[in-house]
Amino acid sequence: MGLRGEAAIVGVAQYENERRYAGEKNFFTEQFAELTRLALNDAGLHKDDIDGLCCTAIRETNMFAPATLAEYLGIHVNFAEIVDLGGATPVGMIWRAAAAIELGICQAVICATPARPVPSNPNPPAIDHSRVFGSTSNNWGSPQAEFDVPYGNVAQNAGYAMIANRYASLYGYDERALAKIAAQQRTNALANPLAVFRNAPITIDDVLASKMIADPLHVLEIVMPCAGGSAVLLANKALAAKSRNRPVYVTGFGEHLTTKSTTYQPDMVQSPVGPAADSAFTMAGKKPADIQMVQPYDCYTVTVMLTLEDAGFCSKGDGANFIQDHNLTYQGDFPCNTGGGQLGAGQAGLAGGMTQVIEGAIQVMGRAEERQVKHHDNALVTGTGGIMSEQSAIILEGA
Amino acid sequence: MEMSRPLPVATPTTEPFWDGVRNHKILLQQCNDCTKWVFYPRTNCPHCLSNQLTWREVPGDATIYSFTIARRPTAPHFADEIPQLIAVVELAQGVRMNTNIVNAEPADLQVGLALKPIFKTIKDATLLCFEPVK
Ligand SMILES: [Zn+2]
Repeated sequence: MGLRGEAAIVGVAQYENERRYAGEKNFFTEQFAELTRLALNDAGLHKDDIDGLCCTAIRETNMFAPATLAEYLGIHVNFAEIVDLGGATPVGMIWRAAAAIELGICQAVICATPARPVPSNPNPPAIDHSRVFGSTSNNWGSPQAEFDVPYGNVAQNAGYAMIANRYASLYGYDERALAKIAAQQRTNALANPLAVFRNAPITIDDVLASKMIADPLHVLEIVMPCAGGSAVLLANKALAAKSRNRPVYVTGFGEHLTTKSTTYQPDMVQSPVGPAADSAFTMAGKKPADIQMVQPYDCYTVTVMLTLEDAGFCSKGDGANFIQDHNLTYQGDFPCNTGGGQLGAGQAGLAGGMTQVIEGAIQVMGRAEERQVKHHDNALVTGTGGIMSEQSAIILEGA
Repeated sequence: MEMSRPLPVATPTTEPFWDGVRNHKILLQQCNDCTKWVFYPRTNCPHCLSNQLTWREVPGDATIYSFTIARRPTAPHFADEIPQLIAVVELAQGVRMNTNIVNAEPADLQVGLALKPIFKTIKDATLLCFEPVK
């Protein structure tokens, strides 16, 4: 079952993550085009090599996003996919692109996540009340509008806080271990020139002294929204051989979804990372101990701890001990979110999850400069959407 | 601009639930085919997809499955409610739902705390909330 490992990441592009973007504003179509140009240049490939695309929803149209983008870029594709998995979207894009390449329908697929502000509309439409609660729909008829929103369980903080409190009641809660994730990832961010917090080291005590947002989550355990954008170009073996980068093959993937709201998860502390990671490991013929670095989705510190447990790096309930026993920096014995993750680099919309994909890819390519991990032949990358309720995982391996 | 607290707007399928709450009753659906309880209200049972669901009144005794105390409003609409005591509760029938805990201090909240229902009317809507069993 699954991938043979014949589709590779060959080029990447990343805008700097910026809390206050002051540059030229462009539409998502325009950002997608420019990110594609940058990723092609990075790979040393040509526009006409691209025959597939994966995108997110774009601001300029509610429908026909892939066709709108193909037309705008002037590319004719055999595969066009809009992926809607929240934070799991980028990892979901990568395996879909790899699958399209292995099926032989594409030779190169561009996956891009624009996330800079768009130009201000001179004729602004009325406020869209269906979107006032962000990722929680307030459309009439949506279960969220009726059974989440009236009680204030909107957006993400409350849901992740409840996961953490449920976990605490079952297994205890070592807040210093959780804070260590934020502090050590921040150390990694200091070596990432694109990170929002590249000049701001923090300690475990700083994290625990930061404002409480929703018990037990402190503000420094929660991602900072920012502007940015990224793209990843995948190609078949023939094109990968022409690329100027070490090809990074996608050798395994998994995906698993349960609910939108964490309220209805079968078990709030057993995340769908488990089945997604199991599938990725089985497909790649690897086990957790074989993995040289992890790039786990990190909207919150607790997301990382549950991901490490459910992916099998330690047993359920032992996550805090595992974190305390390991050094998570790029120089450490368990390199984790070596570019700072989203906690250290910032979360640029749906490009946030691409941060982890690109960090895994450039580490395996050997291009991570100051933060280069010593052993860099493989990486596990995960994506988390919903409230820890939709998951994708991939395993990347260098040629 | 003052943003008022968002309130549920029933659909044809969920109306019996909200009508019940307005009359201080808790009505849940039970599946005629697999006998499991269903929440939130649906046309089809999420356990077996049966479309044969029957509304039944239940007492509403529940426990906290998990909770958080939001120190910052989860949306601007809740700015007057700080701290928000947000919980997921599990009813005796095994279903879980979002709610707010009332008549309790933040320090009272813990997983497993026994609760009973309390009906909170806001404008022309009534919400199903819970309070600790004394
Ligand atoms: Zn049933």
